[in-house]
Amino acid sequence: MSELFSTPIHPLIFFLLGAILIAVLPATKDKIASIITVIIPVVSFISLLQWQQGSFGFYQLLGLELTLLKIDGLSLLFAYLFHLAAFIAGIYAFHINDRLQQAASLLYVGSALGAVFAGDWITLFIFWELLALTSVMLILSRRTQASYRSSIRYFIIQVLSGVLLFSGALMIAHQAGTPSITALVLNTDILSINTGYDVAIWLIFIAYGIKCGFPLFHSWVADAYPQATPTGAIFLISITTKVAIYALARSFAGTDFLVTIGLVMSCFPIIFAIIENDLRRVLAYSIISQIGFMICAIGIGTEMAINGAVATAFNHVIYKSLLMMSMGAVLLRVGHVDGSHLGGLYKSMPKTAIFSIIGALSISTPLFAGFVSKAIIMSEMLKAGHIIGWLLLLAAAAGVFLASGIKAPYFAFFAKDSGLRVKEAPTNMLFAMTIAAVLCLVIGIFPSTLYSILPYPIDYSPYDVTHVVTQLQLLFFSTFAFVWLSRKNWYPSELRSTNLDIDWFYRKLFPKAWMKVCQFSHLSHQCFVLLSTKVLNNVVMSLAKYSRPDALLGRAWSINGMLLSLLCVLLFVLFFNYSQ
Amino acid sequence: MLFNNHFSVLLIVLPLMAAPICVILRNPKASWLVALISNLIIVLLSLSLLSHVLNGNVVRYELGGWAAPTGIEYYIDGINAVLISIVSIISLVTLIYSKQSIRKEIATPRHYLFYAGWLLCLTGLLGILITGDAFNVFVFLEISSLSMYMLIALGSERRQALVASFRYLILGSIGASFILLGIGFLYAATGTLNMSDIAERLPLVNNSRTVIVGFSFITIGLFIKTAMFPVFSWLPNAYQFAPSAVSAFLAGTATKVSLYIFLRFFYHIFGTDYSFGNLLLGDVLLPLAVIGFFVMSVVAIFQTDIRRVLAYSSIAQIGYIFAAISMATEQGLTAGIIHIINHAFIKTALFISVGCILYRYGTANINQLNGIIKTMPWTCAAFIVAGFSLIGVPLTAGFVSKWYLVSAAIDSGWWLIAVMILTSSLMAIIYIGRIVEVFCFKTGDATNSLKVKEAPFSMLLPLWFLIIVSVYTGINGDVVVDMAKFSATQLLDSLPSLSNSIGNPL
Repeated sequence: MSELFSTPIHPLIFFLLGAILIAVLPATKDKIASIITVIIPVVSFISLLQWQQGSFGFYQLLGLELTLLKIDGLSLLFAYLFHLAAFIAGIYAFHINDRLQQAASLLYVGSALGAVFAGDWITLFIFWELLALTSVMLILSRRTQASYRSSIRYFIIQVLSGVLLFSGALMIAHQAGTPSITALVLNTDILSINTGYDVAIWLIFIAYGIKCGFPLFHSWVADAYPQATPTGAIFLISITTKVAIYALARSFAGTDFLVTIGLVMSCFPIIFAIIENDLRRVLAYSIISQIGFMICAIGIGTEMAINGAVATAFNHVIYKSLLMMSMGAVLLRVGHVDGSHLGGLYKSMPKTAIFSIIGALSISTPLFAGFVSKAIIMSEMLKAGHIIGWLLLLAAAAGVFLASGIKAPYFAFFAKDSGLRVKEAPTNMLFAMTIAAVLCLVIGIFPSTLYSILPYPIDYSPYDVTHVVTQLQLLFFSTFAFVWLSRKNWYPSELRSTNLDIDWFYRKLFPKAWMKVCQFSHLSHQCFVLLSTKVLNNVVMSLAKYSRPDALLGRAWSINGMLLSLLCVLLFVLFFNYSQ
Repeated sequence: MLFNNHFSVLLIVLPLMAAPICVILRNPKASWLVALISNLIIVLLSLSLLSHVLNGNVVRYELGGWAAPTGIEYYIDGINAVLISIVSIISLVTLIYSKQSIRKEIATPRHYLFYAGWLLCLTGLLGILITGDAFNVFVFLEISSLSMYMLIALGSERRQALVASFRYLILGSIGASFILLGIGFLYAATGTLNMSDIAERLPLVNNSRTVIVGFSFITIGLFIKTAMFPVFSWLPNAYQFAPSAVSAFLAGTATKVSLYIFLRFFYHIFGTDYSFGNLLLGDVLLPLAVIGFFVMSVVAIFQTDIRRVLAYSSIAQIGYIFAAISMATEQGLTAGIIHIINHAFIKTALFISVGCILYRYGTANINQLNGIIKTMPWTCAAFIVAGFSLIGVPLTAGFVSKWYLVSAAIDSGWWLIAVMILTSSLMAIIYIGRIVEVFCFKTGDATNSLKVKEAPFSMLLPLWFLIIVSVYTGINGDVVVDMAKFSATQLLDSLPSLSNSIGNPL
């Protein structure tokens, strides 16, 4: 290549330019703004294809040697993924006419790219915070009271993650002498931690954990995503958590602790997904569960497992976007996505219904995208000897499929006809969904297309004996359910397919326990939320009591008061100086 | 750059002479022009001085040719050269801004008084920075303070402005008296008023009660002048009710200059070992500073007037600077100086943008400014960028400050303080975020009056100049950092190099 390409152009530049263009375009040129959001990812992607691996863009900041661009297989794959997601989401959002949202989403993608190419923790931190800042705009843009509150909570959590990352990075930079991103060893024996270095690693670990929704830190996912705009949600689900997955894969591959976390993450959200009525929130819970799979794989840490995690991330973005896009279309047309007040929409939105079914099948059905990547994780679980983990993941895969894959499309498009008659989704939305659906099928049928771009060499075929057996077991399971239900004549009606029956069977088999768990977890969740809001409220109220403009600290003190405070300081100073 | 030793005295003489000219002219436009031109020359002089000092020279100028211990000496090294440049630049920028803004805030017949007061205030501030004579510091402190009281009293809400000014006058005078008494005690103990001379002789009388009392009194006096917690109460009202140009000017310079006196006295004259070793200045400063930045950030959250939010935030920022200074290490001092510089630009920009809003809407009450980004996009954008810088978002000047603050705290092993600094910057997110949210996302009465226009260009130009400076120093932090490092090392090392340059007058 010529000299021109010796230093790659940072993709952020394209996205930044795009955002500026959108911001300064005159108010009448709405179509141009939409075109820019679609064109920018394409242009940036083309420039990305010219890149060679290596480190570029060294710069000095605050006396530290920093690297803006560190290009290798892992970061490139995530970059491709984000470009793809931005492109699809751009088309999906083509009809909107909201400059703030458009500019914010471009900057959001740009900062995600900055984060995956960052060669050191300081650069990563900078983009980490930019991600928080730009993504909160996508939630605020919905401009409702609920979304405003949720965006504030989201922002505080995200910034907290940034602060932790910053503190950890600073400590590591001081200890190691360089802030370059390296693999870290987490000291899981908490009692033996006595060095600042170990603490720093934990800080970074928790910062990453918050960003990818570790259990106990997961609430922002289910809180914020359903409050985003229909189009903004597509950007959000594709990016924030995936950046965290990337960061975990970089630094914490092979940390055993992650397998445990991943298993918990893949299982517990299913409970919430089942009891949730807002269908976009159902999908948000299933995102957490899917991330659990990736984290398990990162915890195993072999090259193959990392491949599996990355491939799952890749597929997950595509099929979860597809599901989210179909729900977004419903939200746009109906105005809400409450499962209890939808149903029968397949009559008025047939294409959207088909796309959402493809999205649901892609979670783990053979011949669809999700299967070919999850198969890698499953087989690595077995190879690493986690038999129970393997079983749990298998159950989680089925559970997520039932709780979100079937539930969301079923309640929206089928179930009892709600009588809603709306227009089909706009053409641009349908087009975006088509792209995602085609990708799901192509990757599912020809997995080598995906495997060829994975960071580590891969020699793997998902359609071999082991996986066919696994797949047969799942098939057998559902067939058994189907037959049994039919014999008992509990099978409601022909139209309603197996979906409901599996769901119903599930509940019939563990009815009491299941409901107890649901109720208990729901109740404790509610209690926790109530308690924490109450405590927080009290704290804020008592702070306000002293800080309001007319209160003790906020008002101008009388001259006596000022002199009294002065006297106190005088005594304080004299005390110190005379105690010598 | 061209440099002449007489530049240092010109810095003082020029505004001092220009002030009466304004009074004689009595014409608003002409006096503005006089102020502007003299200020422009001062900026050029100060920049030439700065480049001269940064080359490693220390400027010592004997006023009227009288040798040092008898006569007054001007003494300029890194820290005051940097601050002189900043004060004069901020003065120039706000002066350009003030031309439009005072039209609505001050009656035209009083405009010439405003400019005269301004120039006197500038004289005082530059005088404090430039002089090497302890008593001279007090004189200039009084010149700047008196003109400040007068400038604050010119505020458009007459009654409240007068009261605010009066309260500042009382507390400021008490502060100045403490400083004067302190200097008096030092004079009694050492028999000299020249700073280098005092520094040289103090070790001989270190343990005398006189010096300790002098030390304590100067500490107290400077606490008041810097608006250290808990003697800050004069500041919020003064900043809220002063004319917006005056708030902008004072927020950027007044407390910073007092901080300079603090650094000069306790690092240079008393010496780091004495102040922080023999006497426990660090132990006095740190708790007050930490309580200060925490409590004041909380108070800022609950204010309804944006100027008051910014005022309380200023007190919190002073807390950060004091926390950094109290470390008594080179890193801590560097961090403090960096924050002094960056915060000067940021706060001035914030006050100017509020002034622009005030100019168009006539209010800075947060409840009446819903969605004004639609009518005043440039002003609001500037406020947002400067606000981010105050929070310490990466790529802004504030980030560089926070970075060095936290690094310095970690280097001193003060983990808890580092965590507290970071936590309290979360509060800055809340109080700035609250305003940004009102500007950008709330809809209401303000958006209805679409006939309100963007602020005039002559107000936006200085505003955006400051914003660009603060973003530039955020991306290329080395400029500020190098200057701060240079100043800090000079302050810490200055003692030994001085001892032979002054003859013994006794």
